[in-house]
Amino acid sequence: MNKVQFFRGVRDCIPTLLGYLSIGFASGIIAKSAGLSVAEIALLSILVYAGSAQFIFAGMIASNHSAAGIVATLFFVNLRHLLLSAALSPYFQKLTPFKNLLIGSLLTDETFGVSSAQGAKEGAIHPSWMHGLNLAAYLNWIAANVAGACLGQWISDPERFGLDFALPAMFIGLLVLQMISRKKYKSDILVALCAIIVGVGCEALFGKSVSIIAATITAATLGLVVEKWR
Amino acid sequence: MEVSRSIFILIVCCSLVTLLPRVLPLMVLSRFSLPDWALRWLSHIPIAVMAALVGQELLQVKDSYRLADHMDLLAGILTFFVAAKTKSLLWTVIFGVMCTLVLRWMAA
Repeated sequence: MNKVQFFRGVRDCIPTLLGYLSIGFASGIIAKSAGLSVAEIALLSILVYAGSAQFIFAGMIASNHSAAGIVATLFFVNLRHLLLSAALSPYFQKLTPFKNLLIGSLLTDETFGVSSAQGAKEGAIHPSWMHGLNLAAYLNWIAANVAGACLGQWISDPERFGLDFALPAMFIGLLVLQMISRKKYKSDILVALCAIIVGVGCEALFGKSVSIIAATITAATLGLVVEKWR
Repeated sequence: MEVSRSIFILIVCCSLVTLLPRVLPLMVLSRFSLPDWALRWLSHIPIAVMAALVGQELLQVKDSYRLADHMDLLAGILTFFVAAKTKSLLWTVIFGVMCTLVLRWMAA
């Protein structure tokens, strides 16, 4: 373990903390109102560790869905991680399967965004840096969920403070930073537009999760085709 | 402060199905050297997935042409320019939240 790299990873996690805090806090509130205990919410954040999946879990518990239905839904909601995990794999070729297991198990949209931006900028991702980033995000997520579960009853309306915008703002920032470091503006903008159109266009038909996967696959393929043209 | 047995089993099952898609590609694909086209395809995924997530967060089909009903989209566009200008994730997030706060206050 390289300490300098580890703490650089922790530091590079800081810009995402506000997004995690607000979403984690909201997720804790929702889970509490669905009837889960604080200990159950902590366990959920520790073992499942996924924003959208935890919202859906709480919602389905509240409306008495079957256990099998909940497990199947969470599987589909998080299936996009197949693509994120695959996209990071070229950076971690020299690692043992166990170390890749550790890195992958804490993979989220946000840590993926930060680490792929790092990869685009520096051409490599140090495993210790990745562990630092992952652990900082993970602990912050658990703390935010527990705080939401404990304090949620006093703060009824976090949207009033604009905090729910921390997440889209973070995705916008990550998108722009990647484009700047990749310097392939034409094809990147085409890929992004395609992903937005497919992602939003399919949403009414297939729901959010499937649309994200469809949009990512379509847009990445378009990127490959566009590259071939020149 | 307790965990019921059925919730515990449910959470563990959910944990397994969310863990597999996260770890399998990293564990399996990192052992092979992928062909060039596959690497280039994968290199487009960050842009594609971030754009799709932003799109779903900000673009909802609404039956309204009032600017006040589209404040999040406006905040998103302003945040985009701040990100390009500052090149800092932290400033982008701070600006985005402040900007949303002000715009929603104005629209209310």
